Amino acid sequence: MPVSLANSQIIYNALKACDVKIISALPETWLVHLIRMADDDAEVTLIRVAKEEEAIGISAGAHLAGVNSALLMQNHGFLAAINPIVSLALLYKIPLLMLISYRGHMGERDPWQTQGGMVTEPLLRALGIPMWHLSDPHDAQRRIKDAQTLAHAALSPVAVLLTRELMWEE
Amino acid sequence: MLRVEALQAIYPEVEDQIVVTIMGAVAAELYTLGHRSNFFYLEHAMGLASSMGLGIALAIPRRKVVVIDGDGSLLMNLGTLSTMARYRPGNLVHIVFDNGSLLSVGGFPTATATGTDLAGVARACAIPQVTEAHTPERLKQAVADALAGEMLTTIVSKVEAIGPKSFHMDLPLLENRFQFKRALEALRQQE
Repeated sequence: MPVSLANSQIIYNALKACDVKIISALPETWLVHLIRMADDDAEVTLIRVAKEEEAIGISAGAHLAGVNSALLMQNHGFLAAINPIVSLALLYKIPLLMLISYRGHMGERDPWQTQGGMVTEPLLRALGIPMWHLSDPHDAQRRIKDAQTLAHAALSPVAVLLTRELMWEE
Repeated sequence: MLRVEALQAIYPEVEDQIVVTIMGAVAAELYTLGHRSNFFYLEHAMGLASSMGLGIALAIPRRKVVVIDGDGSLLMNLGTLSTMARYRPGNLVHIVFDNGSLLSVGGFPTATATGTDLAGVARACAIPQVTEAHTPERLKQAVADALAGEMLTTIVSKVEAIGPKSFHMDLPLLENRFQFKRALEALRQQE
């Protein structure tokens, strides 16, 4: 599977540097290594959710309890979670560090991914959610840390879009 | 039983616990019985009170967390039962008031009014302890037992579809949110 193990490790190390203790995830191809790393890490609790909406609640609870969390989701999972992002995270000013695999964008061959790919950024902008694109492994640690810093300062969800260039090797 | 009678019965058990409720009648009635800084009322995002409770329970494993859910909310997020059962935090108590109705939005019947059995769903999802308690006395005992034990418990209580005259709470959402976070910080520091 040509998902980049090396870049997944860089992303995971960045989450560790952010003192993330709870990671919620719903399996998706580009996230396989990240999910496995979280599962193998005794210092991190991995919560495999049935649907991404739950992850917004879990991270909100963790934040109110004083624990840093991160969410691993595909962009279609972000679409599935929009109501709780609006009516929990934005309404209650809850910081969320959302790492979103950016499917359906440039280079996508799967027709079924493309519609979600084309609406992801417009929706993030409509919601007023700040976003970073992660495409260069050299930027990854800095950008993930900066995203968490802004989330906590602004008490807002932030999105880190994991691009094909970073995640897929072919 | 009336939900307000049920809440009165369990109030002494839950008043010092971390409590997360759903919106609507449950929130207004608990608030009226006596607001505490360790109570959080999720005034929207229906279905996610239990997910929030799971997040808190995993983050603060040495404190009990009580979620007060409802049939309409739980039906919007049935997957939460499978996720809670998967991680089964022993400090989480999940109470579901089932009035068979979306009371706050016109009283339309939910699927529990036509036979869906939430306790059965919880059992089938592998929640380790599932109890049904349909009187105030039995509910109080079930909550006391769950708080004394170390096992994830879902308690389903049938209540009448009767709510308070007013849903007004003199507590802005954000005040509740910041107050609750500070209360949780204080509880963590006691450990």
